[in-house]
Amino acid sequence: MLTTVHDLEKTVNSSLTTTVKRSEIVFDQLHINVDVEDIISTVLFLKTNEKCKFKQLIDITAVDYPQKEKRFQIVYLLLSHENNLRVIINLNVDEKENIPSVTKIFPSANWMEREVFDMYGLIFKDHPDLRKILTDYDFVGYPLRKDFPLTGHTEVRYSEEKKKVIYENVKLDQKYREFDSESPWEGTQYIKEEIIKKNDEKL
Amino acid sequence: MTKQKKTMNLNFGPQHPAAHGVLRLILELDGEIVEKIDPHIGLLHRGTEKLIEHKTYTQAIPYFDRLDYVAPMNQEHAFALAIEKLLKIEVPIRGQYIRVLFCEIGRILSHLLNVTTQALDVGALTPSLWGFEERETLMTFYERVSGSRLHANYFRPGGVHKDLPRGLTDDIILFCNNFPKVIDDLESLLTDNRIFKQRNVDIGIVTKQEALDHSFSGVMLRGSGVAWDLRRSQPYECYRDFDFKIPIGKNGDCFDRYLCRMEEMRESVKIIKDCIKKMPTGPVKSIDGKITPPKRSNLKNSMEALIHHFKLFSEGYRVPRGEIYTAVEAPKGEFGVYLISDGSNKPYKCKIRAPGFSHLQAMDYLLKGHMLADVPAVLGSLDIVFGEVDR
Repeated sequence: MLTTVHDLEKTVNSSLTTTVKRSEIVFDQLHINVDVEDIISTVLFLKTNEKCKFKQLIDITAVDYPQKEKRFQIVYLLLSHENNLRVIINLNVDEKENIPSVTKIFPSANWMEREVFDMYGLIFKDHPDLRKILTDYDFVGYPLRKDFPLTGHTEVRYSEEKKKVIYENVKLDQKYREFDSESPWEGTQYIKEEIIKKNDEKL
Repeated sequence: MTKQKKTMNLNFGPQHPAAHGVLRLILELDGEIVEKIDPHIGLLHRGTEKLIEHKTYTQAIPYFDRLDYVAPMNQEHAFALAIEKLLKIEVPIRGQYIRVLFCEIGRILSHLLNVTTQALDVGALTPSLWGFEERETLMTFYERVSGSRLHANYFRPGGVHKDLPRGLTDDIILFCNNFPKVIDDLESLLTDNRIFKQRNVDIGIVTKQEALDHSFSGVMLRGSGVAWDLRRSQPYECYRDFDFKIPIGKNGDCFDRYLCRMEEMRESVKIIKDCIKKMPTGPVKSIDGKITPPKRSNLKNSMEALIHHFKLFSEGYRVPRGEIYTAVEAPKGEFGVYLISDGSNKPYKCKIRAPGFSHLQAMDYLLKGHMLADVPAVLGSLDIVFGEVDR
């Protein structure tokens, strides 16, 4: 039994010394960073280890950082009922990298990985059924990528002449406006602290 | 000579009254036995997560009402909690009590709809009529506090939008006194009903292990005998102050899940009563003027208030850099928000973890070998709302 998130960090770090690249506790949640090829062994360890018992996969998602060298970060959220703890596993991958699928360990990963594939266009290796899930049947593009416009590329309407629903390119009378909100308005206190800290780091 | 196996493909939905929204199922049938189910979802996909990335934190709250539109405030709660943790602000105690009050009302709203429509799916019409009458009363409470029956937009990071209007708590108490009678009536119609039992007992059985493997949460997990409720195990807000029981099923079938929901409604009524009895006085939202907009009455007299009002509603507040996962026990299960802030006034990424998504995923596995007529029964007991599955 592990009682605190600090115990968990110790256990994980001592058992997975080579695989865990970085571990960090933020807001009482353990974040660990591993390499893509180690994901299966890490998840399997966390699930089957006597102490950890992370029996439930809560979610899988990705985050897009276009400016980074490895553009995407995959996030796995796991929950242990016995220890009442959560752990967050992060992977950094680039666009073309194949990510090993964890469907063999957690069957519920199936749709979660399909969703990541649909939204970000990341490919999962050995996935039993990697199809699109949320977007339309002949939709093109990966909507949650940062370079995908909010308005999308196509819109549908019912065509009276063709007697069917047709796709057309989006026509906007006015461009979607993104307001620049980086104003000199003084924010709250903690923002100031952060700015001061940042400036200190620069010096 | 071996008999050649013939399967038939059947399309179910997306516009079918028993599909609880816009679900399309591709069923592979051998006679009346279900061989395989392939749910096609996404017909209600509105790109909520993408939209939230382009809105300020305050503007993003209404999107949460539109996820599980049967219990809107429970969703707002998860988002508000995430922001509060990143901002490191405290919610005044009265604000917390009001939130718990309305989350429990949301739970009753959701369970009422689910139990009665599940009965409708297996042939009982009356419960839904009775249930909807009570839902109407509950939605009036929503309306009185927030101005709208469904899309409340009532919770704010730091508390709730406005204090309770005068007389509302008395009416809620009145409702709480009458409502257990309605639950009794519903139970007298369903619990010992021969037909209802034939359709639900031993249908869609989930064992403990399977419930864990398939990421089930909420009633789906408790119905299979796992004692897990986030209100108890990871208490958020002021749930510590309340004494309530967590009903647990034994067999993990549709009938046990129905019983759990009935019992949870009774517990919710208790929490609501207790909450009103203990309701403290004081502010309902954070008093930090850089997050909470000033009172409208101050706008005419105070320049400071006017500036803050304008800035908070146009630019919003900035949330410090960080990432957090917060979850609440929504009526349907664990509803979580994974929020990443880059220090600006808009979320960098907001992933919504909807309980229904993993529940619906298990359809194929739950119904393999069942009869076609069991499909709506199991679908009903999964408690699916497409707003949250498709997001």
